[in-house]
Amino acid sequence: MATREETPMDQAVFDKTMETELGKGTDRRVAEGRARAAGVRAYRKAHGEPEREAKPAEERSHAPAASAAGGDGGAAAAGAAQVPAGAVAYAAPGAAAVRTAPPPTGKVPAPKPGAPDKHRLLALVAPEGIQRVEREQGDRINVFPHLLMEEFVSLLVMSAFLIVFSTFVNAPLRELANPNLTPNPSKAPWYFLGLQELLRYFHPQIAGVIVPTLILVGLMAVPYVDRNPSTKPGDRKLAITLFTMLFMFGAVLTMAGSFFRGPSFNWIWPWGQHTSLFFDL
Amino acid sequence: MKLKLPRPNLREAGDKVRETEFWKSVFRPGSIFRRGYKDTQRDRALAMMNNVLYHLHPVKIKRHGLKLTYTFCLGGLSFFLFVLLTITGIYLMFFYRPSADIGAAQAYSDMLQIRNSVFFGDLVRNIHRWGAHLMVFTVSLHMARVFYTGAYKPPREFNWVVGVILLFLTLGLSFTGYLLPWDQLSIWAVQVGTSLAGYSPLIANQVKFILLGGIEVGPETLLRWYVLHVLFLPFILVLFLAVHFWRIRKDGGISGPL
Repeated sequence: MATREETPMDQAVFDKTMETELGKGTDRRVAEGRARAAGVRAYRKAHGEPEREAKPAEERSHAPAASAAGGDGGAAAAGAAQVPAGAVAYAAPGAAAVRTAPPPTGKVPAPKPGAPDKHRLLALVAPEGIQRVEREQGDRINVFPHLLMEEFVSLLVMSAFLIVFSTFVNAPLRELANPNLTPNPSKAPWYFLGLQELLRYFHPQIAGVIVPTLILVGLMAVPYVDRNPSTKPGDRKLAITLFTMLFMFGAVLTMAGSFFRGPSFNWIWPWGQHTSLFFDL
Repeated sequence: MKLKLPRPNLREAGDKVRETEFWKSVFRPGSIFRRGYKDTQRDRALAMMNNVLYHLHPVKIKRHGLKLTYTFCLGGLSFFLFVLLTITGIYLMFFYRPSADIGAAQAYSDMLQIRNSVFFGDLVRNIHRWGAHLMVFTVSLHMARVFYTGAYKPPREFNWVVGVILLFLTLGLSFTGYLLPWDQLSIWAVQVGTSLAGYSPLIANQVKFILLGGIEVGPETLLRWYVLHVLFLPFILVLFLAVHFWRIRKDGGISGPL
């Protein structure tokens, strides 16, 4: 908006008022403000510009929403027209996009006789300071009670399942750890058994270091590699096929490592002559 | 003669309680516990806005987000399992010492105590163990669901990355917890798992030493993994969870519909 220097004022009146105010012992900043106001007023009087008068209607429409005609001794009005059309709650890019209000319909209330036709500037928001929220209204429902109820029920079902399962199935606890006695087979937790299975086929550096690193990096890179914007399964045949294959590959390896590996990590059939499963959770 | 007892006026008493300074300080203006709940659009919105869950959920979501076959509640259930594991884990911490000196492995004897004499110890330990396996499972399935619905596409790319980190943190939490019972199953599983670290390029021995706190699985490993399990990894996980949940809302809530 316009700086104070741009407002024309009577320098002589300014200096005189300043002197008087300072003489009265007023704070310098306050004195300056008062002197400036007096200077502007004197200038207006001398040049026939009516004091505190609203701008004509067409000029006002150039200062949208936060129109500031009249207020602040007219300075803001002059400034508001130069505002990069980013006034409060209205972020049209460029001055060209100024909206003109449609003509009022129905009964237009008459202003009170004698009421000053003035507006005050509340705030000025730069266009880049406004985040435009673009989302379609769509079909929306209340989180309370619908979603919360659903979440609560799923939480109860999960708790019930876990409590019942834990009541009847004990978590394994074998004998005290003994670093000198290697159990046969010794297996990693189930989610690493796919990797342990891979170890049978590849050098440990490949199965144990390179493959896990590739999985981590590859997974993270998924959204940056797959640039297809569609979420429709029909448009994503390749992505879905690849992911399903990899997921299944991991699942098959994990199952193989869990259920089909017996003593010395050799292949066994779980329904074969071995009476126990070589697998503990 | 019939004895007449003064009947307490519950409604009046309730109103009086709601008028107290204390009640007002607990429930924000607009809370349904302050003004009573009527089943209107306004009160449904206010119930959300004056609720701590407002950090996680907006007032309204897309209707298809309610469809069970879209999310299967997998993300929510993973979070719930994390909360459940924290609670059961804290209970177990009261009865467990992570020390495994030769000849006097406190950790293992504490495990036996938890199974045999701690109040509900067996049940709580079972819930913790099965819940942990289940969480690895639900988090993996959650990732698959997000992939199949294409929910990682812009603007949600980064939240997918955070999700992958959360998956690996979950695996880390599960694996570090696996050692704590200090039985034959746990130390040999960890022995097998960490032997792979010995194949990392260039800094193999250093990595293995840092992981184990020694050259092989021993008492130092137990203490190290205990701290990782009960403090360090959950702390990191909670930080990433906060970002994960925040981004869901900032990126426009639930993805879709397909």
